[in-house]
Amino acid sequence: MISLQNLTLAIHGTPILADVSFEIPQGQISGLVGESGSGKSMTALALMQLLPQGSVVGGRITVEGADIFTLSESEMCALRGNEISMIFQEPMTALNPVQTIGAQVAETLFIHGKASKSEAAKIARQMLDRVGLPADRFPSSRYPHELSGGQRQRVCIAMAIALRPKLLIADEPTTALDVTTQAQILDLLQELVAEENMSLLLITHDLAVVAGMADHVAVMRRGELVEQGPTEQLFKTMTHPYTKQLFEASSHQPDRVGDAQGIPILEVKNAIREYAAPRTKLFHRPAPFRAVNNVSFTLMRGESLGLVGESGCGKSTLTRAILGLDPLQGGEIRLSGEPVLAGEHMPTSLRKKVQIVFQDPYGSFNPRHKVQRLVMEPFHLTQAPENSRDHVAEALETVGMEADAMDRYIFEFSGGQRQRIAIARALVLHPDLIVLDEAVSALDVSIRAQILDLLADLQTRLGLSYLFISHDLTVVRAITDRVLVMKAGEIVEQGSTEQVFTAPKHPYTQQLLDAAPVIPADWQETKHA
Amino acid sequence: MRLPVQLITGTILTGFFVVTVALSFFWTPHDVTILTIADKLQTPSGKYWLGTDHFGRDMFSMLMVGARTSIAVAIVAVGIGMGVGVPLGLMAAANRGSLLDEVIMRGNDLVFAFPSLVIAILITAVFGPSALNAILAIGIFNIPVFARVTRGAALSIWTLDYILAARTCGKRALRISVEHILPNIANLLIVQGTIQFSLGILAEAGLSYVGLGAQPPTPSWGRMLADAQTYIYSDARLAFLPGIAIVLMVLGLNLMGDGLRDFLDPRIRRER
Repeated sequence: MISLQNLTLAIHGTPILADVSFEIPQGQISGLVGESGSGKSMTALALMQLLPQGSVVGGRITVEGADIFTLSESEMCALRGNEISMIFQEPMTALNPVQTIGAQVAETLFIHGKASKSEAAKIARQMLDRVGLPADRFPSSRYPHELSGGQRQRVCIAMAIALRPKLLIADEPTTALDVTTQAQILDLLQELVAEENMSLLLITHDLAVVAGMADHVAVMRRGELVEQGPTEQLFKTMTHPYTKQLFEASSHQPDRVGDAQGIPILEVKNAIREYAAPRTKLFHRPAPFRAVNNVSFTLMRGESLGLVGESGCGKSTLTRAILGLDPLQGGEIRLSGEPVLAGEHMPTSLRKKVQIVFQDPYGSFNPRHKVQRLVMEPFHLTQAPENSRDHVAEALETVGMEADAMDRYIFEFSGGQRQRIAIARALVLHPDLIVLDEAVSALDVSIRAQILDLLADLQTRLGLSYLFISHDLTVVRAITDRVLVMKAGEIVEQGSTEQVFTAPKHPYTQQLLDAAPVIPADWQETKHA
Repeated sequence: MRLPVQLITGTILTGFFVVTVALSFFWTPHDVTILTIADKLQTPSGKYWLGTDHFGRDMFSMLMVGARTSIAVAIVAVGIGMGVGVPLGLMAAANRGSLLDEVIMRGNDLVFAFPSLVIAILITAVFGPSALNAILAIGIFNIPVFARVTRGAALSIWTLDYILAARTCGKRALRISVEHILPNIANLLIVQGTIQFSLGILAEAGLSYVGLGAQPPTPSWGRMLADAQTYIYSDARLAFLPGIAIVLMVLGLNLMGDGLRDFLDPRIRRER
């Protein structure tokens, strides 16, 4: 049993955690839910004693009755990986790319002196088998780059559980993974907890994930625990207003009515996009890789069309072709009836009809420029009007920002504000179509709800069309009229959003919908009653 | 807004040398072209502030005039390196994977394969030894350094979303390179520039040392070091003084470079 008592934390004088107390019972899953900056990851790092420099802690953390704040660094090293271990969000960078997976799992055993090198290799093999990487398909001699994201996360789990720790901390373990992979990893974690009598501290922003997994849930906001209790009870009662707010935001449904007019704005006909595959033989050119295969669809004016698929399915490639950045190898794309040509052949009058909003609010802007210049960038296509400041001010006000934001640098804004500015940049030329490439995926649920409301409102006011690309089915369901499901470069199913979600026809769509974590319906009903 | 301490210290140090160089054009305590053998190897005194060398020339005056050569060589050499290397690197990054990229980068490898000394010997063999040829040799050697740093840094910027946003606005590669790529790799180039500047001073010293740089009677810090070699055991001061001058100049430049990098970055500037 691990317990946190009145844990406080300040880093360089800034309070991070205040009076956090909870218990992690043996053999159970505890969920820790909160938005970014709520202190949930810092709580985990405090448990591992891996806090950044300048941290001052207070309170107590006890592992089996022993206060870990009194332990020396070398005693702590013996504890880490042995009694408490951790897995992280990004499996792509959590493994050393130049060591085999077998060696990395064995290393944990070896450095804790629990096994000789040959024994460690043997146990490592068992652990890899245990996490669903069988020896015949995944020999220990594989390197991380030969594995997919989900498989790498399995290796991380194998490393973490190699010494059979009492507590496994999983910090957003599935946030970077596709929904079907997420389901598999969550199943694996659940199974390990049941069979190894281990405790799991599951840190996540996703209420649906904890609802399906955790025995206990604690909700954090701004360094404080606002509410905690057994999962079902907590979801049914929701005594604290913040929990309610979080819950409502995560299943937020913006008020919108589809207003598709009969005029097609974007027509994609039999689009094919191929990449040259890398050469493996000197005189033999390999068959090109087909990323988008024979895709056709039409997007009407005023319509909001969803494009759903897992990573690598070709959605981004398709987007780049629609934006006229990459050429097609077959078929055609028409925007308001005119053909989209790649690169510099595309006329500016056509290019200004489509704009894009990206996923990452931090990478979408040149950090060296002020907001005014950033928002004005699309004016490159036309002549910059004389009263360009007014245009920028108007665009910023349209997305609910103050006009004087334009004289500040982009790093002064939060993620949600940046995403508003990104939308302002897309709007400044009054385009017909906005491509939203995972535009709300990187945002906290409450911010996401606000941005979705904004998008719905803009569509009603300005008659915009959206191509909404996302892996998140809840969001797609909330904001789109029609949806396309894409797999391996092809569209496997399309239809009205309601129809696809309630009666999916294609097995892949069914698989996607089944894999998405949901909060049990009866828990929600109780709350509304 | 406070100026970073590094920038102030670095600018003061560098400024001191620049003022000294400017002064040397009008006034030096003694004429460095006149040899007074009777006064050779004097220790510092009221007449000779830092003593004299083995020909009886005033060390202080030598350092003042020598700074001209050293700094001029380094500035022009870094200028050549940046002026040619950065555009080449940007061009290669903008056309990554293309034939042009290959040609530029392999051409760079070819130049990189020859140490500056070998290039200098080559140029000297053709044009004869002079400070100008030393500048050219060091400058040519700097081109691939800047081209590589620029290309590497630019490639990572090219993958970011704001570049894609700029492309959807119909901006061409040249404009994106100048407007978005260059300002975001400027910090790296400034740091690399100060490093190359220091290396330029050292390279000039090295070339002068083997007789391929500044020719007598023009003094340079490198020549002074070279000449001091034979006296290193009898009078270490002769080597020590130009050595200290080089160290202080390089230190000043590095501090100024780091300070400038922080000063130009709006994110860091606001946090102070």
